[in-house]
Amino acid sequence: MTDATLERLPVAKAPARRDIGLKRRYAAERRFRFYGLAAISVGLVFLAVMLLSIFGKGYTSFVQTSVLLPITFDQKVIDPQNKRDSDPNVLVKANYPVLAQRALAERLGISPTDKPQMAALKGFVSDGVRTQLRNMVVADPSLIGTTKDVWVLAGANIDSAFKGQIDLDVAEGNRKVSDKQVAWMNQLRDQGVMEGKFNTGLFTFGASSRPETAGVGVAIVGSFYMMLIVLVLALPIGVAASIYLEEFAPKNRLTDIIEVNINNLAAVPSIVFGLLGLAVFINFMGLPRSAALVGGLVLTLMTLPTIIIATRAALAAVPPSIRSAALGLGASKTQTVFHHVLPLATPGILTGTIIGLARALGETAPLLLIGMVAFVADYPTTPLDPSTALPVQIYMWANEAERAFVERMSGAIIILLVFLMAMNITAIVLRRRFERHW
Amino acid sequence: MKNAILTASAAALALVATAGYASARDQVQIAGSSTVLPYAKIVAETFGETFTEFKTPVVESGGSGAGIKEFCKGVGENTIDIANSSRKMKEDELKSCVDAGVKEVQEVKIGYDGIVFATDIKGPDWALTPTDLYKALAAEVVVDGKLVANPNTKWNQVNSALPDWDIAAYIPGEKHGTREVFEEKLMAAGCKDSGALDVIKAGGQDDKAAAKTCVAVRKDGKAVDIDGDYSETLARIDSNKTGVGVFGLAFYENNADKLKVATVNGVSPSTETIASGEYPVSRPLYFYVKKAHFGVIQGLKEYVEFFLDDQMVGPEGPLAEYGLVAAPDAERQQQRDDFAAGKTM
Repeated sequence: MTDATLERLPVAKAPARRDIGLKRRYAAERRFRFYGLAAISVGLVFLAVMLLSIFGKGYTSFVQTSVLLPITFDQKVIDPQNKRDSDPNVLVKANYPVLAQRALAERLGISPTDKPQMAALKGFVSDGVRTQLRNMVVADPSLIGTTKDVWVLAGANIDSAFKGQIDLDVAEGNRKVSDKQVAWMNQLRDQGVMEGKFNTGLFTFGASSRPETAGVGVAIVGSFYMMLIVLVLALPIGVAASIYLEEFAPKNRLTDIIEVNINNLAAVPSIVFGLLGLAVFINFMGLPRSAALVGGLVLTLMTLPTIIIATRAALAAVPPSIRSAALGLGASKTQTVFHHVLPLATPGILTGTIIGLARALGETAPLLLIGMVAFVADYPTTPLDPSTALPVQIYMWANEAERAFVERMSGAIIILLVFLMAMNITAIVLRRRFERHW
Repeated sequence: MKNAILTASAAALALVATAGYASARDQVQIAGSSTVLPYAKIVAETFGETFTEFKTPVVESGGSGAGIKEFCKGVGENTIDIANSSRKMKEDELKSCVDAGVKEVQEVKIGYDGIVFATDIKGPDWALTPTDLYKALAAEVVVDGKLVANPNTKWNQVNSALPDWDIAAYIPGEKHGTREVFEEKLMAAGCKDSGALDVIKAGGQDDKAAAKTCVAVRKDGKAVDIDGDYSETLARIDSNKTGVGVFGLAFYENNADKLKVATVNGVSPSTETIASGEYPVSRPLYFYVKKAHFGVIQGLKEYVEFFLDDQMVGPEGPLAEYGLVAAPDAERQQQRDDFAAGKTM
C-alpha cells in the first residue's frame, strides 16, 4: 500500500445513481398487499352476510310459543265406558285434542256450545297435544279425573304470528291467522299464560308435517350413526393403506397408478358414490333402503381418499433421520413404523380424519339415491332402521311451504354449523397440542 | 391409539352382526313426487300416531319419474311399497314394472292439485287466458299470418288489459310433472284458441310437429325455468316484483300474504272451482301400490285404507286443509271400492 496506489482510487465519490426501480418495486408490493387485503375483506363480507342472514332468520326457531292450559283429564272423554283395565288400547285411541280444546275455551271464556267460536279455535293449539297428553295418561292413568296445568305447544301459524313473522297489515283473508285469533293471542299473552319457551322439541322431535312438532332429533341420531361407521371403517382402512403405500410398497408403475387413482377419487363428485352405493349395497348386497348403515358405507368410500392423502402427507413429513436411527438401533421395519413413525404422524392423521368427517357430515347428494332424503318420524334404534341426516333435514325443510319451516331450516343450519365448528376446532387443537416441528 | 381403533372396529362389527338385516321390514316405504310428498307426510304422521302398533311410514321425495323407477325395480323387502306420482303412470313404465316382476299394481287417485299464476301481493289484479300466456311465452308466435320468433316484450302488447310490465315468467322446469300440465292445459290450449295452430299446420307441419311448436317456450330469458321447488319461485318473485310465477294451489294458499293470484279465463282458483272443473289448470294426483306386498309389509294395507278414509282425503280432512282438492264424493267412494276389490292396472 503506497500513497501512489491510494491516489488512483476514487475518493469517496458517490456511485452513479443506477435506477434499480426501488419506487416501482415498493409500489408493486403495496399493490399486492392491497389485493390480498381486498380478497380477504370480500371473503369476510360474504361470510358475515351469510352468517347474519342465517342467524337473523334462525334465532327465533330456538323459541317456541307455548300456552299454559288447565287440562281436565275427563273420564267421559278418555274412557267413557270405564274399560281401561281390560283394554289398554282405550287410553291410546282416546280423543285427546278435545281436552285441550275445552281447556283453551275455558281460558278464553268461550262457551263450549258456541260452535263458530269453537271452530275458530282450530289450529290455535298444535295437534301434537294428542301425543303429548296420550303419553302423559298412558304413563300415569291415575291422572284421569284430575285437572293439571300443562304447557302445550301453540299451532305453527299462531307461533309465527306471536313472533311477529306474519304481516298483520295484510287483509285478513290473505293470511293464515284471523283477527279473532290475534285478539285471543294478545289476551293470553296479557294473562301471562302464553309465552315463548326454549324449543327443546327442535332437538328431540323427528320429522313432522307440523312445524311446531318438527325437530332434528332423528337426523342427529342418523348423522351420529353414519359418522361412527365412517370413523370405524375409514380410519383403520385409510391408515393401513397409507402406511403400506408410504413405508412398505415398492415404488413402481403399479403404485404410481394407485396413487393417481386415489387422488382422482378424492375429486370425484359425491353423487357418484351414491350411485355406487345404490348399485352395490342396496341392489347387490340387499341392505335396507334409507338405513344409516348404507349411508355410512357410502360416506366411508367418499372419505377414504381424503384420509389416505392426509395420512400419507403426515407420514412423509416425519424426517428420515427418525427412521434411520430406529433401524440403526436394530428395530425391524414394522417396529420402526409402529413405534416411531406412526406416533409422530398421529396429529396430522387425526386432523385429516376430522376434516374428512366434517365433509361427510355435510353431504346430502350421495344420500339422495340411497333413500335417505326422506320423511322419517321414528327414531332409528339400530343403524339398519331408516333415518335421515342433518343436511338432509335442512334440505327437506327448505322445500316446505309453511312460513314456520323457514326459521326451523335456519335453526337446523345453525345446529349443523355448531357441529362442524366443534369438529374443526378439535382438529386445530389437536394439531396445536401434538404437532412437532423439526 | 391402536387399541382404540381395534376396540372400535370390533364394536362396529358386533353391532352390524347382531342387528342382522334379514329381519322382516316392519315399516312402509314410499317414494316419488314432491307434489304428493306433503300429503303423504301428513297421512304417514297421523297414521303413525293413530296406529301405535305400526311404525310411521318413511316417505322419500325425488320426483314422480324417479319414484316409479324405484317402484318398478321388482318385488321384495328391498324395494319400495308405494310410488307417489303427480301424473298417471305411463304405458312403458307399467311395462317395465311387469317385466321386473311387479305384476299387480293398484292405482289410487287421491285428489286434484291446482296450478296457479301469482304475482307479488302489491301488484295489480291479473286476468289471464291461455291465449295471453301462449302469446307471451311461446318461442314462436303468429304475426300477420306468419310464424316468427316471439317479438313481445311487455304483457300489455299481448293483451291491453294486462299491465305494462316486462315479461318475466317463472315456470316449472322440464323435469317437473307440473310442466306437462302447463304445456298441455295452457300453451297448447292458447295455441289452439288464438288460431296459431291452424297457421302452423298450414305452414306444412304435421300434427305432432305442430303440437311441439305450440308448447315450445321462448328461450330468450323472458320465461325462466325453475328446476327447484316453489320456494325458489317465491324467492324470484320476491326479488323481481314484476315477475309472474307458477305455483301449486297449496303453496299459494300457504303464502297468500305474499302473493296475489291471477284468474284464468275469469275463474279464480280455489278448491271449489277446481273440484267443479271450472278452473282449467288442474291435474289428478296418484299413488301406486304393490299388491304383492300386502301381508308381507306390516301396515301397508292399513296405510292405504287410512289414506282413502274420508277423515284424510275428504273435503274436511287435513289434506284439503293443506291445499289438496278433494275428489267428488262418488269418485272417492269409487277409489275405496276399487281398492277393496283389489283392482289392478
